[in-house]
Amino acid sequence: MHIVVASGKGGTGKTTVATSLALIAAEQDNVRFMDCDVEAPNAGLFLNPDLDTRKEVGILIPQVDESACTYCGKCAEVCQFHAIAVIGKKTLVFPELCHGCGSCTLVCPDNAISEHLDVMGVLESGPAIHEIDFAQGVMNVGEPMAVPIIRELKKWKPVNTLAIEIRDAPPGASCSVVETIRGAGFVLLVTEPTPFGLHDLKQVAEITRELGLPAGVIVNRDGIGDNAVQEYCDESGIPILMRIPMERRIAEAIASGKLLLEAAPEYRQGFQNILETILVGVHA
Amino acid sequence: MKQLVILSGKGGTGKTSVTAALAHLASESQYENRFIMADADVDAANLELVLKPRLLEEQDFRGGQVAVIDQDTCASCGDCVAVCRFDAINYTDRLYVIDPIACDGCAACVYQCPTESIAMHEQTVGKLYVSDSRYGPLYHANLFPGQENSGKLVTLVKQRARLQALDENRELVIVDGPPGIGCPVISATSGADLALIVTEPTVAGVHDMHRALQTVQHFGVRALVCINKADIYPAGSDEIESFCRDNGIQTVGKVPFDLTVVTAMVHGEPVTAFRPDAPASVAISIIWEQVLESLLEKVV
Repeated sequence: MHIVVASGKGGTGKTTVATSLALIAAEQDNVRFMDCDVEAPNAGLFLNPDLDTRKEVGILIPQVDESACTYCGKCAEVCQFHAIAVIGKKTLVFPELCHGCGSCTLVCPDNAISEHLDVMGVLESGPAIHEIDFAQGVMNVGEPMAVPIIRELKKWKPVNTLAIEIRDAPPGASCSVVETIRGAGFVLLVTEPTPFGLHDLKQVAEITRELGLPAGVIVNRDGIGDNAVQEYCDESGIPILMRIPMERRIAEAIASGKLLLEAAPEYRQGFQNILETILVGVHA
Repeated sequence: MKQLVILSGKGGTGKTSVTAALAHLASESQYENRFIMADADVDAANLELVLKPRLLEEQDFRGGQVAVIDQDTCASCGDCVAVCRFDAINYTDRLYVIDPIACDGCAACVYQCPTESIAMHEQTVGKLYVSDSRYGPLYHANLFPGQENSGKLVTLVKQRARLQALDENRELVIVDGPPGIGCPVISATSGADLALIVTEPTVAGVHDMHRALQTVQHFGVRALVCINKADIYPAGSDEIESFCRDNGIQTVGKVPFDLTVVTAMVHGEPVTAFRPDAPASVAISIIWEQVLESLLEKVV
């Protein structure tokens, strides 16, 4: 079972929800947790993993063997991203434009292209609290593309392969969110009842609809803002699974690095219900 | 002309609320009628929700292409699946079909298909908007859900804003940036004279502020830091201030946690316009003074 926690708007409480859900899930099953927000990974700050395994990840980019290259230009012709060019008697590769698709390697008639890993970030993993298997992708500063790192992260398989998998998504509603959501069984959408929260919730809900995935909403900081999230959920038939009221003590605890369930154990039952709803609903 | 970009690393620290307030304050400063706004957070574009602009122009944004298989000539050999590194080609109901969401647009399959049954099709992946708001022109956009945020749409939004600023001798472009540190952030930061990092004193906010600062420094852009919701966790706030002091980064203000910001958002107004005497408004006014000073500073 793969559960993704997404939001659209940043800072609505994705990581807060994902880490507490992981805690509850770990009481009944093996859990693997993936922090897919590779630009700003924060779940590790709450789950305190012992990151004992580290692997560099990225994409395979071309390397041209000048002694074999006949400068025919086939590679440049097929590259959609202008990442390889033939200028006179020189074939140049621009790694920052390359998507690692391998098309140039395939079309080279002289077998002059080999590929090597262009490192974009690292994949770190290890055991976290409550024996949660934890992994996160960390994109290197200055790198543009998050998706290849997320793709590698999703391939990570800890020892316990039969497990509840929880993925913490990046904010927004673009390709990196789609990559995180692809293959999921349920998407938990965390929002806040404000115009910003609603606007961005709609964007991600559109993705889950297109992918045909079941989804449910958690309204965080309930009590602030307005009623428009409720109205939208009613209209679009997305169930609201839980409300977490705006409370200063919760905000303060999370600011200091505490888990929601440590600060407010009264939400245990709520998370247990959500987990059950997801597991039962998906197997039904 | 100067470019000011507002960034954060972590989402939800208050970039857009601060940006809207700065735009309001700019309209009452020497920059009145002399600045332009650009919303560079194209997959969660929220500045328009506060500025309530009047739409003047809209334009389709044609993004990358996706591969499409012609089922009439496809020989079902599966060569395309073997070369696709994006797992975008599925075999269902005895047909090979390309998932447009997963397709990266690399066209590797096009060149490997023995029956030449695959072609690239251009897609409209978003819209660019030009609007007029009560504080001045606003360039914004909507990247359709799930599309690739390569930064190209961000670049277009900024280019158009810059062109109008140049045409009309406007001296400032205020860019509301996206969260994270990747391509759209790089595009939003490129060409900026000054970055204002809006952070919050939470373990996550501080962690991501470091990454945002490293990113703007990587691209050689000067940064200022302001701390939003500063009183939520005073220890975190102190940590940010001492880090900035040690690293020669100016902390330009602390905004207290103030629900007036949310009420203002619901009313579609920047907090400084909605209630100028609210604690958050007073704090943001001080930040604006400092930002203004930095913008006007002659950098040698």
